Formats: sequence, structure tokens, C-alpha cells
Amino acid sequence: MAMLEIRNIRKSFGENTVLKDISFGVDKGDVISVLGPSGSGKTTLLRCMDFLETADSGIMVFDGEEIDLAKASRARQSEVRKKCGFVFQNYNLFLNKTALDNVTLGLTSARKINSAEARERGMEMLRKVGLERRADRYPNQLSGGQQQRVAIARALAAVPEIIYFDEPTSALDPELIGEVLSVMRALAEDGMTMVVVTHEMGFARDVSSRVMLIEHGLIVEEGSARDFFENPREERTRAFLRRDQNN
Amino acid sequence: MSGDTIGLLADSFMKILIPGLKMTIPLTVLSFSIALFISVLVALIQFADVPVLRQICRFYIWFVRGTPLLVQLYVVFFGLPSVGIMIDAFPAAVLVLGLNEGAYCAETVRSSLEAVPSGQFEAGLCCGMNYAQIMWHVVLPQAFRTAVPPLFNSLISMVKNTSLAANITVVEMFMATQRIVGRTYRAMPLYLEVAFIYLIFSTALSWLQRWCEKRLNHYGGV
Repeated sequence: MAMLEIRNIRKSFGENTVLKDISFGVDKGDVISVLGPSGSGKTTLLRCMDFLETADSGIMVFDGEEIDLAKASRARQSEVRKKCGFVFQNYNLFLNKTALDNVTLGLTSARKINSAEARERGMEMLRKVGLERRADRYPNQLSGGQQQRVAIARALAAVPEIIYFDEPTSALDPELIGEVLSVMRALAEDGMTMVVVTHEMGFARDVSSRVMLIEHGLIVEEGSARDFFENPREERTRAFLRRDQNN
Repeated sequence: MSGDTIGLLADSFMKILIPGLKMTIPLTVLSFSIALFISVLVALIQFADVPVLRQICRFYIWFVRGTPLLVQLYVVFFGLPSVGIMIDAFPAAVLVLGLNEGAYCAETVRSSLEAVPSGQFEAGLCCGMNYAQIMWHVVLPQAFRTAVPPLFNSLISMVKNTSLAANITVVEMFMATQRIVGRTYRAMPLYLEVAFIYLIFSTALSWLQRWCEKRLNHYGGV
């Protein structure tokens, strides 16, 4: 049985239907890359899964528990969120907190872990992303790549069952993309379950176990990374991959 | 300047400064504390969009900002006794000044809260934090930094507005000066002297503002 399953998720903003009817499952240890042109609904899908947007309808089955994405209570949402990490396109580090405090704040405030233990875990996470020497820096004193690595450390600190990445390298200068991708690659090798909305074809091809192409709020094609790139079934997928090659 | 004028200024200096220290400053400190408390409360209610309370807050701001401070002082001190509510001059002044400045500061605090990027709040949610935790650890500290310069504007204008309390018999600096002028008929030097003392108070607050901004700036520009 899948660790996480999404069934028939739908979402519109006013007249604009962003997610038409999307269902898929995530197994433990999966790294799923979600591809698609801008405006295809990939980010909205991820945000609905962490209750940052409220879906119009849809079911989430997480660890065998069924949750109505449209009607989950705040307490229920927060329960689910505690099992998930979320990495934003523009990092969203707490601007008034140091790198270390960014990583530990959720532990000390939401999870009531004492500060010494949180600090220790925080430093361990920063070490994982290669930033233990920047622990006392504030976000504005860090480069974009460093901020995003702190954000990953923050997501990891809560020991999530799954981490959602929303275009984690899209806001970065090209020379900073590599450091973030290599942290994500290391996580994948550690067996972390990840859903990654991305435009990085190299990452999707080399790191992810499965790839999903979304357009106009529907899944165009879904399959193993190898099948998707080497032997796509849909003409639309072939066109998408060709266009990317031309860029 | 004649020796006569210098003598007058020297004689009156302490007579003006002491009511300044004993009345103007406590009046400012108490009123501004009330204003700050009200402003944070009113701003949070509006930010969280609490029904009914939100409308009450909008009404309060609309009413207070739309009527002169002097009229408000008169209503509370001279008007309320006719409906059986008697308030002494000093507490009446504290109450009116606090309520008055509170309305302006509430708008300052609200706009500062709204200026905190929404991603900050979302990041808090994704860390498992609840509304109160996010507001306390993330949103309020950032909003406070944005609010400091305009709040000092309010504080400095409040120091000067305390002079209006003279109209409801509070013997603060300005009233003390008026009394000396009443005896000596030397309006020009004495009113300039009290203006100078107000200027000293405001200057000290400007320094305090600079110090606060420096302290709060530790995490760099946004």
C-alpha cells in the first residue's frame, strides 16, 4: 500500500480551474519529480497537499488514514503538516532568526523539544547541508543557495516522513543551483521520500524514481524516470521533452 | 539680551522644567503605554479578521481620527460630569491621550503586520507551528521593527500634545509657563523657553529612536 495517496484532487481559483482531477500515490523512498509548463498547476498541487491552499475536493490517504483535503480541521491539518517538510521556491526563512534558530524554532515551539536538544539536532542538520559554520548568520547574510540549504535543514529537523519541494532552484542564480541539487541528491540516496516540483530535467532524469508530467490540471503521463525520458508514451510528453532539449 | 531677561529665564527655568518632569513626562509615558497596548490589540483583531470586534475597531479608529483631540478632552472632562461620570483632570488626560494616539498607532501596527511577507507565515505553518506561535516568534518581531520609526513619530507628537491638557486644568509645562506669563507679562521669552524645553525632550526621543533602530536592525535589510 502506498504511504501517501492523493485521490481526485480538484482546485479552482475563481473561473480558473487549476487542478482538474489528479490522483497518484507515493511509496516510501520514492522521489517523484513533477514536471510541467508554467501555470500547469504543479505548485498548487503541492500547496494543497500541505494545506497552504484548500482544495475544492479530494482525498489524501496518509499512513492509512483518510483525510478530506477540502474539509480537514485546523488541528487535523497541523497533524498532517507535522509529518511533512516543505521547501519553498523563495526559501521563506524566518528573517528575524539565525540559520540555527530557523532550523530549531519549529522544534522548540511546536514540538516542545528542549532547547539544548533542539540545538544539537539543528547543528546536525546544518552539518548535513554543509552550513554548520553559518549557524549564527541571518538569512540576509546568506546567499540564495545557502538560504535554500538552511530551508532544507529546517524541513529535515522535524524528521518528516516526506518532503515537498516547490521549485527549489528556480529562484537561484545558475551557479548556485548545483549546491542545492547535490543536497537533494544526498537526501534521495539516504532514502528520503520526496515530491519535487521542478524544471531541472537533469535532476528528474538522474535522481528521481518516478516522473509525472502535468498540464492544464491533469496528469499527462506518469512513470518511472527511465520510461518517461527514454520511452514516453504520450506525444505531448515527447513534445515537452523536445522543447526542453532545444532550450 | 538684557540682564533682566536673562534673570527671568533663569528664574523660570526650573519652574517650567519641574512640571515638565512631574507632569508632562508621566502623562506621556502613561498615555503612550495605553496607546501601545490598544494599538497592538486593535491591529491584531483586524489582522486576524475577527468578526464583530473588527467592526468595533474600525469604528473606534474612524471616530477618534475624525474628531479633534481638544474636543475629545473637553467631552471627557467637561461633558461627562453632566451624565454623572466625573474623572479627575490627570486621569482624564491620560485616558484621552491614550485612546487618541492608540487609534493612530493601531493603523501603524496593522500596516506593519501586513507588510510581513505571507511566506513567513506559511513557513511557520509548515514547521508545525500554530497561529499564536507564528505571530509571537515570527510575524510580530518583524512587524515591530517596521513599526518603530512611525511609532516614535507618534510618541514625539504625543509629548507636544500633552500641552493640550492645560485646557482641562492639568498643570503641566505649558500651563506652568502661562501662569508665569500671567504674572510677568513677558510672553516672548517665556514661551520660547518652554518651546526650547519641549525641543530637548523631543531630541532625547530622537536619540532613543536611533538607538532602538540600531538594536533592531541586527538581522539586516529586508
